[in-house]
This record gives sequence, C-alpha cells and structure tokens, in this order.
Amino acid sequence: MTQDPNAQAQIEPTELGANAAETGDRQLTDETSDAYGSHEVGVGNLDFATVAEMGHTATQLDPLAPAVLSVDNLKMYFPVKSSGVVRRTIGHVQAVDGISFEVPKGGSLGLVGESGCGKSTTGRLITRLYKPTGGSMMFEGQDLAQLNNKQMKPLRRDVQMIFQDPYTSLNPRHTVGAIVGAPLEVHKIVPKNQVLKRVQELLEVVGLNPEHYNRYPNEFSGGQRQRIGIARALTLNPKVLVADEPVSALDVSIQAQVVNLLQDIQTEFDVSFLFIAHDLAIVRHFCPEIAVMYLGKIVEIGDRETIYGRPHHPYTQALLSAVPDVKQAAIGGRRERIRLEGDVPSPINPPSGCRFRTRCQFAQEICAKVEPPLLQIGQRHKVACHFAGELGAHPATPVTTALLGVDDQGSPVSGAAPTNTQLTIPGYEETWYDLKTRQTTGV
Amino acid sequence: MTSVPMTQSSAAERDQHEGPFLQVENLKVTFPTQDGPVTAVSGLTYSVEKGKTLGIVGESGSGKSVSSMAVMGLHDAKSAQISGSIRVGGTEVVGLSESHMRGLRGNSMAMIFQDALAALHPFYKIGGQLEEAYLVHHSSASKRDARRKAIEMLDRVGIPQPDRRVDDFPHQFSGGMRQRAMIAMGLINDPSLLIADEPTTALDVTVQAQILDLLQDLQREFNSAVIIITHDLGVIAEMADDVLVMYAGRCVEYGTAKQILTSPEMPYTWGLLSSIPDVTASTDARLIPIPGNPPSLLRPPPGCSFHPRCVHSSKVAGDLCSTELPELLPASSGTAHLKRCHLTDPVGVYRSEVLPEIAPELVEETR
Ligand SMILES: Nc1ncnc2c1ncn2[C@@H]1O[C@H](COP(=O)(O)OP(=O)(O)OP(=O)(O)O)[C@@H](O)[C@H]1O
Ligand SMILES: Nc1ncnc2c1ncn2[C@@H]1O[C@H](COP(=O)(O)OP(=O)(O)OP(=O)(O)O)[C@@H](O)[C@H]1O
Ligand code: SF4
Ligand code: SF4
Ligand SMILES: [Mg+2]
Ligand SMILES: [Mg+2]
Repeated sequence: MTQDPNAQAQIEPTELGANAAETGDRQLTDETSDAYGSHEVGVGNLDFATVAEMGHTATQLDPLAPAVLSVDNLKMYFPVKSSGVVRRTIGHVQAVDGISFEVPKGGSLGLVGESGCGKSTTGRLITRLYKPTGGSMMFEGQDLAQLNNKQMKPLRRDVQMIFQDPYTSLNPRHTVGAIVGAPLEVHKIVPKNQVLKRVQELLEVVGLNPEHYNRYPNEFSGGQRQRIGIARALTLNPKVLVADEPVSALDVSIQAQVVNLLQDIQTEFDVSFLFIAHDLAIVRHFCPEIAVMYLGKIVEIGDRETIYGRPHHPYTQALLSAVPDVKQAAIGGRRERIRLEGDVPSPINPPSGCRFRTRCQFAQEICAKVEPPLLQIGQRHKVACHFAGELGAHPATPVTTALLGVDDQGSPVSGAAPTNTQLTIPGYEETWYDLKTRQTTGV
Repeated sequence: MTSVPMTQSSAAERDQHEGPFLQVENLKVTFPTQDGPVTAVSGLTYSVEKGKTLGIVGESGSGKSVSSMAVMGLHDAKSAQISGSIRVGGTEVVGLSESHMRGLRGNSMAMIFQDALAALHPFYKIGGQLEEAYLVHHSSASKRDARRKAIEMLDRVGIPQPDRRVDDFPHQFSGGMRQRAMIAMGLINDPSLLIADEPTTALDVTVQAQILDLLQDLQREFNSAVIIITHDLGVIAEMADDVLVMYAGRCVEYGTAKQILTSPEMPYTWGLLSSIPDVTASTDARLIPIPGNPPSLLRPPPGCSFHPRCVHSSKVAGDLCSTELPELLPASSGTAHLKRCHLTDPVGVYRSEVLPEIAPELVEETR
C-alpha cells in the first residue's frame, strides 16, 4: 500500500490482527546460507523434456462449472477518524463498493487493477478477515457475510488464503512441521499421532523434502517458504483459495515453480481460486476469467480472450497497453500506449458518476452525472462504461441511455422508465445487451 | 560545502573523449565475510555509449546492484575489494579517492535506487533535497537558482503543481511520485551516465509506463548513457539497446536486445524466457520453471555455475559442465553476441526443443 491516498487521514483499522500470520516478525537472516537446494525433492539430473513436461500451459475455462462462491453487491467501508481526544468518524474509505462476481468450481477468477483499488480487501472479505459493510457472499448455501465468528469457524477450513510475502507470513520461531500442522490440531482433523504423517504428505505435495519438517523458516529460500505457506493453506482441504499476490515477492525463476504448483493443486484437489495479482501476464496464464477493478468497483469482467483480446472499458484498455511486451524485441522501440494522466482519486471522496472519469479520455457530461451499470454485453462479458466499445471504436453516443431512462447528457427523461432489468447479478444471464443493435439478444 | 576537485573544463573533456562513455573491464568485487570471501562479481566486462541503454537482467543475488554500485564508487573500501578497471568518460575510477568520486557522482553520473523511499530523507522537504543535490555541484549558484531548478525538475518529471509540491515531505507523495522525485534528483545535474536499479519494480504498470517514457525522453534530450537493471524482460525489450545477462556474479550472455530475446544461446537465458509468461503469448505456451535454487556465492559450484540447475548439460560431452568454467565466446547469431556455455549447437537445441514449448506460435511462423 505504498500509494495510499489516505496516508494523511487517520484510518481506523478494522479487525486488525485478525490474522496473526501477517503480523509475524520479519526476521532478517543471512541469505547467503547455501543449504537451500537440499530441501527440495528431485531437482538433480533432470533433462529439458522432463522439466517442460512439468510446466503447464494456460488454465482453460470450463464454461459449465457451477459457482462455488457467489458474491453480490459486496461493500467494505473503513471508517476514517478525526485526530484529537474525541475521535469522531469523519468519513469512509470506500475500499470495496458494490462488487458482484462468481468463482466457478475448480476454476480461477483473476482480480487485477491499480494499487489501492480494493483487491486485497476483497480477498479479506471472502476469507472473513473483515466483516463486510454490505452485500452477500454465498458459499454452499450459506451467506458468509451474515455469519458470526462462531458460525464461521467450521467454514474457515473451506476458504483459505495464501499471502504475498513468504518472509513475513511464517512465524520464524515455529518449525515447518508446527506451522503446517497447527490447523490440523486446531480443527482436530486427524488424531494427534497422525499429524506428522499428514504434514509430511503435504510437504511432499508442494515439492519439499518431507524429512525437513523440524527445520525453521529461515533455513528455506523465498520460493520454498512460499511453498510452506501453500502447504499450510492446503492442510484443511480448502474448497476456495484466495491467493493474494502469491508470487510477486519471488525471484522470476522461482515464480514459475510456484505457479505450476498452484495449477497442479487446482487439478488434483479441485480447488477454486480467487487469484489477485499486479502482473497481468501471470493472471492471464492462471485465470480463464478476469475481473478488472478501479477504485472499489469492477469495471470489466469476462473471459481471458475477451478481456485481453477485445477489452471494452477505457481503463482496461489503458492498463493492457501499459504492459511492456517481450515480443517488442523483434520490432524494436516502444509499443504505442494510452497514457493515463493524473493519479488515482481518493476512495474517501470518489468522483461522482463514473469513478474513472477524471482520467478517461472519452469522458463526457453523462459520465459525471450517472454511474454506468456493469452491463452484460456478451455471453461472458460485462462492462461498466457509457461509451463501451473496442479500442478505436467507442460509440459517439452513450449506449446506456435507454436502459437508464436518461438523455445523452445524463439528465432524466420525463416519462421514460428505465428498462434495465439485468443490473449486475453475480454470474451471467442467458441474454445480454448487444452494443451494435442496442437490443437484448441471446444465444 | 564539499570541495569539487573536478573543474568544469575536465568535465567537458570527459564528455568529448573517444569511445564508449562507460567502460568496465574485468571487474571483480569481493566481500570478506565471517564465513569466508564472497565474490559477488567476477570477470565482468561491458561498455555503454552515450545515448545508448544497456539492460542488465539476472537472478536475484547475481551481482547486478553490486556491480553498478562499484561503477558509482559506492562500496566501502574497507568491506569491499574491487579489482579491474572502470572508466567513466576516460577517467579511471577504481581506486579513486572518495572526494574525487563525490565530484563525479551526481554530476557526471547518477543512480536511481531500487527503493525510492529509502533513498529520500524522510525529514527533509523534497525541494530541499533537490536543491542540495544541485548546489553540491553548482557552488556558485544562489539558493533561489537552486529552488528554481528544483521546481523545473519536478515539472519535467510530471509532478503536478510543482511550485506547491516542492515543499512537500516524501510521505506526502504517492509511490509513483516519489519514484519521479528520485529521478528528478538523479537528473538534476544532467548526468552523462544514469544507472536505474529496478526503477519501476514496485509500481503499477500504468505508473511504470509513465516513468519509462520519462527516462526515454530525458535520455534523448541529454544524450546520456543509461543502464537499466530489471527483472522484467518486457521492459528490457522496449528500453534496452544491449542486454547483459548475469548469473552468479558473471556475464553469461551479452548481445543486442533482439539477439538476447529472439535468439538466445545460453540455457539460463532460455530458462528466464520460458519461466515468464507473456501478455500476448499463445495460451498453449508452457511456463517452464528453472528447477532448483540460486547457487551459494560462498561455495560456488565448480565448472559452469549454472550446471546444478541446467537441464541441457547432458548434451555436453563428458563432465565438462561440472569441471570447466566456459569462456565468454562469440555466439553464432552475429557480431558482439557473446555467450558462456559449452553447448556445441545451442541454436539447434533452442529451435527444436525450447521454442516449441515456450512459443509454439513462433515455430509455426518460422516454418
Ligand atoms: N484496514 C484498513 N483500514 C482502512 N483502510 C484500508 C484498510 N485496508 C485497506 N484500506 C484502504 O482501502 C483501499 C483498498 O486497499 P487494498 O489493500 O484492498 O488495495 P489493493 O488493490 O490490494 O492494493 P495493492 O495492489 O497495493 O495491494 C485503499 O485505499 C486502502 O488504503
Ligand atoms: N556488503 C556485502 N557483504 C557481503 N555480501 C554482499 C554484500 N553486498 C552484497 N552482497 C552479496 O552479493 C551478491 C550480489 O548482490 P546484488 O545486490 O548485486 O544482487 P542483485 O543481482 O542486485 O539482486 P536483486 O535482483 O535481488 O537486487 C548477493 O549474494 C549479496 O548477498
Ligand atoms: S463511463 Fe465515461 S468516464 Fe467512465 S470509462 Fe466510460 S467513457 Fe470513460
Ligand atoms: S555450460 Fe553446461 S551447464 Fe552451463 S549452461 Fe551450458 S550446458 Fe548448461
Ligand atoms: Mg493488495
Ligand atoms: Mg539489486
């Protein structure tokens, strides 16, 4: 959170420390220790074909998979307090403001967007490290948003989190065995005398030497520590894993190891992922579906081919155009890109109407007046923009007027009833709004 | 006020000297530690001409920062042993006194550090820090000149309302703005050589794009020689003229960005390319990790430092890979492309084995 626009306001952390793992002391150890390699199973004498075989291609979409998690109009507002003796609430950080999406069973939804747009907050809401301000999160017939801590306890096993930083998320004073085994004992999953056996199995699953259960985290490299974190998250056979920047703290050569491991786990245990990351290329590889967030809202969501190939929201287009491309080496020079001016506005006081309008090159009057709905415009594609269209083909007049009952400037048309019946459900409808004909169509 | 041993005229001479502006030859940097000497950089040779950009990539701990800090003269003589030659504008800087070095730093050359927050002093205003950097090398300038220059630089790097923001403290800037302030600091004395050590790693892609634009514009304007250190091969592809690939303190491959990224000849470089997905790659491309972990510099592996992790060493006769350090020799793809590897037919291996897995669409095209 380096670019936190709220740095100056006094912000009341909610349920901070709910997650002891994250507040564990960072131990700065001498990284020159050279025992790393020996922790791993089977590195020596591999040939390229074998290693290539272990590498995975991009995860494919299963369009028929049912939703395991269904999030509807989810909100998280953090109170902002005044300084002084009597600390009054003087505003709210609208960190997550009414987002809806589904995570398909055994699939993965990617969550991308600029720093501070609310990705981690969304992850923490789903794992119930925070209690949402509003909205619902349906998981196996229960609304996680409504449950109290006691009711949540049995469900915590099912929804687990993998953290960003392998250096701070493991308690340095506990052995790897204790770290991975703790959830087993807390939830009394296996009899005490079987914990060790299960821990060793899990270490093997993540490619670590099972004999090393009695070593401490500082004896492992960053990539290996991240695998310990993954083993810990797997102990309870979760159904949903929230992976918040699981590889960004790792050296590039190690990132691929961890991504492949997560793909293996997904196929083997049928785990569903909410995959949060800055790196748009990693997200594209891991996630057949992607949601793009901007300032607490989802602005575009859809399948990989649509989001990366034919994005319709000006922010998605700018974001993708900014990614440097290795293929450019063959051509030389920089790629054409859309330059975004200015900084992200404060989530305490977001712009009226469309939140992206202060930086959008297509913004018009209507954008300041009316918030664009997240409209389904294809079989698996939703976008929130009055002028939604492919790059270079944004329409001259707003596409949303008939649906919202407003004119081209965004003023209400007297007598016109809004016809939009499909305002943001978590999943996709059978029919959608066709941008060309401006009519509802279907398959 | 620090004395400035370099006079204006010698600075002018430096700028006019023949050949590449920066020439590093056979650089070796060793740190004595409790466990024994750590050789972080050895046998490193490269050069950068004015107006050109060299990209340095490599594993974490491969010596990218250590070698660049040697160029900047930032190692403590007591804790680092440096040998070889580093010539900046013709001036040999290895063994140069700290006061001479200070004259060069921030004037002829400047560095943008990995961590902008650590490099800016939290208790002083951004403007004050810029002014100081300017005054160190312009002792005859007035305080007002320095302030004007500070505002001008903030404006150049795209800080809105620079005349107001100049009085902000670092914590009042966002991450991207701090990074830009760092760049303003690095460029305030129009350095002929700029080293940017992971200038955009912690930033959003949109902010990264702004910073890279800025670096390129400024380079064009001042015709500086630029070194950019990054782990992002996309940044390398779009910014660098030449690329230096480092592994365990050594150069393992060197060439133009096009040579390194389209016809690499060394297995570590292949590993790097295949372990990073690309935003436009085919979804049939595999993500192939480099197995194992980086080597210890305390007890570096014998022979090729990459051999414990190399999946192609079986194609080399005998146990050459684990016994003999390969020399840095010309590669087949063209002049000035160098590689350090015993493989006899790297091009064939890359085309027939590696490429079909990591970029199946390219194989189709070249058929
Ligand atoms: N516990 C908290 N209390 C108050 N505000 C918070 C809290 N956690 C996050 N915020 C604010 O909510 C917004 C969203 O933060 P969040 O961490 O979800 O962003 P993010 O998308 O994960 O960003 P990054 O990419 O930098 O990790 C930010 O403005 C942040 O400052
Ligand atoms: N003062 C020092 N004493 C001992 N060893 C050092 C010292 N400074 C650096 N090293 C070692 O030198 C090696 C090279 O470090 P360097 O910082 O150059 O790596 P790098 O390539 O910049 O890596 P990264 O990508 O992580 O920044 C590392 O193994 C590091 O631990
Ligand atoms: S609604 Fe308007 S401001 Fe928002 S993205 Fe679309 S065109 Fe831009
Ligand atoms: S010299 Fe041998 S071990 Fe080293 S990179 Fe080449 S093939 Fe691999
Ligand atoms: Mg986050
Ligand atoms: Mg470094």
